[in-house]
Amino acid sequence: MATRWKHTENLVAYVNARLLDPASGLDAKGALLSEGETIADFGPKLFADGVPEGVPVIDCKGMCLAPGLVDMRVQVREPGEEHKGTLASSGRAATAGGVTSMVCLPNTHPAIDDMSVVEFIARRARLLGLAKVYCYGAITKGLAGKELAEIGLLAESGAVGFTDGEKSVVDAQVMRRALLYSSTFPLLLIQHPEEPSLAGSGVMNAGEMATRLGLSGIPREAEIIMIERDIRLVEMTGGRLHFAHVSTGESVAVIARAKERGLAITCDTAPPYFALNEVEVGDYRTFAKLSPPLRSEADRAAIVEGLKSGVIDVIASDHAPQDEDSKRLPFSQAACGGIGLETLLAVTLGLVHNGDLKLLDALKLITVAPADVLGLPAGRLKKGAAADLVIFDPDRVWKVEAATLLSKSKNSPFDERPVQGRVLRTIVDGRTVFELDS
Amino acid sequence: MSNPHINALFPHRHLLAIEGLSSQEITLLLDIAEGYVEQNRQADKKKSLLRGRTIINLFFEASTRTRTSFELAGKRLGGDVINMTVATSSVKKGETLIDTAMTLNAMHPDVLIVRHQDSGAVKLLSEKVNCAVINAGDGTHAHPTQALLDALTIRRRKGKLAGLKVAICGDILHSRVARSNIELLTTMGAEVRLVAPKTLIPTAVERMGAKVFHSMKDGIADCDIVMMLRLQTERMQGGFFPSVREYFHFFGLDYEKLAAAKPDALIMHPGPMNRGVEIDSLVADDYGRSVIREQVEMGVAVRMACLDLLTRNLPNSDLKNL
Repeated sequence: MATRWKHTENLVAYVNARLLDPASGLDAKGALLSEGETIADFGPKLFADGVPEGVPVIDCKGMCLAPGLVDMRVQVREPGEEHKGTLASSGRAATAGGVTSMVCLPNTHPAIDDMSVVEFIARRARLLGLAKVYCYGAITKGLAGKELAEIGLLAESGAVGFTDGEKSVVDAQVMRRALLYSSTFPLLLIQHPEEPSLAGSGVMNAGEMATRLGLSGIPREAEIIMIERDIRLVEMTGGRLHFAHVSTGESVAVIARAKERGLAITCDTAPPYFALNEVEVGDYRTFAKLSPPLRSEADRAAIVEGLKSGVIDVIASDHAPQDEDSKRLPFSQAACGGIGLETLLAVTLGLVHNGDLKLLDALKLITVAPADVLGLPAGRLKKGAAADLVIFDPDRVWKVEAATLLSKSKNSPFDERPVQGRVLRTIVDGRTVFELDS
Repeated sequence: MSNPHINALFPHRHLLAIEGLSSQEITLLLDIAEGYVEQNRQADKKKSLLRGRTIINLFFEASTRTRTSFELAGKRLGGDVINMTVATSSVKKGETLIDTAMTLNAMHPDVLIVRHQDSGAVKLLSEKVNCAVINAGDGTHAHPTQALLDALTIRRRKGKLAGLKVAICGDILHSRVARSNIELLTTMGAEVRLVAPKTLIPTAVERMGAKVFHSMKDGIADCDIVMMLRLQTERMQGGFFPSVREYFHFFGLDYEKLAAAKPDALIMHPGPMNRGVEIDSLVADDYGRSVIREQVEMGVAVRMACLDLLTRNLPNSDLKNL
């Protein structure tokens, strides 16, 4: 074996690893060899006779070596709100979290409803050389919910899906036409499911907590109703629709029934919705103000069940950086959102440590599953594929301390929480872009 | 009178809500307020307990009666009281809140009395200052001194709080007064009933220990106290009921509905009243049963008691001189 490699240029050997590939079900001790930007080979028997001379070796010390994470829901804030986050700061946060591909929402300023913005982001991300950045195009011009954006042209320039970001497409006729039009190519639409007239001026989940705190509540039905409506529209049009960050048990049930009927529907959730509940709001803690709001314990448990049953296809970080001025406000005035790139893996592994999911099933939700929903060439160990990898210790305990995170904004809903599972090294296109404690 | 143990009896730095106060602490506050009721009825109403202390009334939301009540309370205890009414634009007010807190803090006030239109805003501010903070009403969350003055009024008339049946009627959804009263009255062992149309009842409010009714006659049946609330139309977005006329017909307090309560039931209202909307003028002005004006009187005494107790816990307090 050692003589198989005639030249040693551009080769890097990752030895003594626990190879994990959720796409193929591989979970075995072994090694991986990268050649330049791609995976040359991997497997339990690779380097059985030793690593060829001259090949640099990275000893994984028995830790997990898996495909880099694919995060399908990230707000980078550039262009337009660089004081909250930039492609550089999000890229650093992503690599610290083991994320090698991320897809950013179009709610930038200007919005990604024009090819020039897609190209600007692609160029900036390429120059930075951190995590790979893909972006969504807007469904409607200026995210205003009225006229369709240039969906076809945006797709040609690289947009991997279409969404109005944190806004729902409220007008049923506009949504119907968007689904119909996008199905001609065919392209994926992503909906933030919330009926705004029902959510009203609500700032947290409607319930006892909101009543005690004197905060106006958003009923869970605001999400469920929008999902039920859109399922009807998918049925009508034959479009492909993905629901972002589902947060209620009933949403999962409704989506499960739609999937059983064979509709092209997928969905994701985010770590706060399976790891936290509305109690986190506590004494008006604005880091826990998210959209959708943190729900009841029963809903949290139902989301975990949705992940176990496979109805929820993907976990996305829903990374939404907000600067201090946007969060250090009375609760009802504070901005929604929490950062999540750096805690995505650790909080997801919580499902494994709690006995809810097996390690490969948990990894699937943050690697190959989002890649497959979006049609991205990522998320799996494959010869010839890009060497986008993460090495992590699944058991290492650490405490999330917002101030030490690499994200420019520090608004983590998991601040001060102990978590288990730490990224040790992140590799993008064969280059180490993050190394813990380096 | 000097009381070196008072800190242990009321060990709170701020008064932000009723939640967190024990029945003993509430009783202590009401007992001290009783003494101030008598003082306020004298010709010489002034004491020097707060001499040298600076009290700032910081009102982000207009309220003449609460502000005046706090102002009188501070002045009658000999403190220097300054009123600040902060007009705010809807977008920038959060920055103004923290900035204002920082600025005021630099001037070394001893007590800040704060009213704000957003729930939780007073707590946020209390975390940024070194002085004592009294919540004079935040959004739809809490109005602790109103609940305390209601309790004092009831206790003086009925001699107790425990075991009484109290109906709180009207716009519960938007009422911080209702939330604080539910907390206080249930802590003190009273039975609390809430009466309103379903659109004005907050979600899961029965978990706070109150019973919910949608008929005035059923709700106030056999009650000792009927507490009416103002319809907060300024907080309402969209229609919560079809018309004022219909609202009064079903939920306005008149003699016919009042007949269901105990014959000696007291009528209360935190004011200002919408006459002919939530309460009939004849009932409101029935001085045999309506204690609405007495509530205003008790307000000053209760606020004096709050200032008294909280300033004893300030770090620069000299207990020996009390």
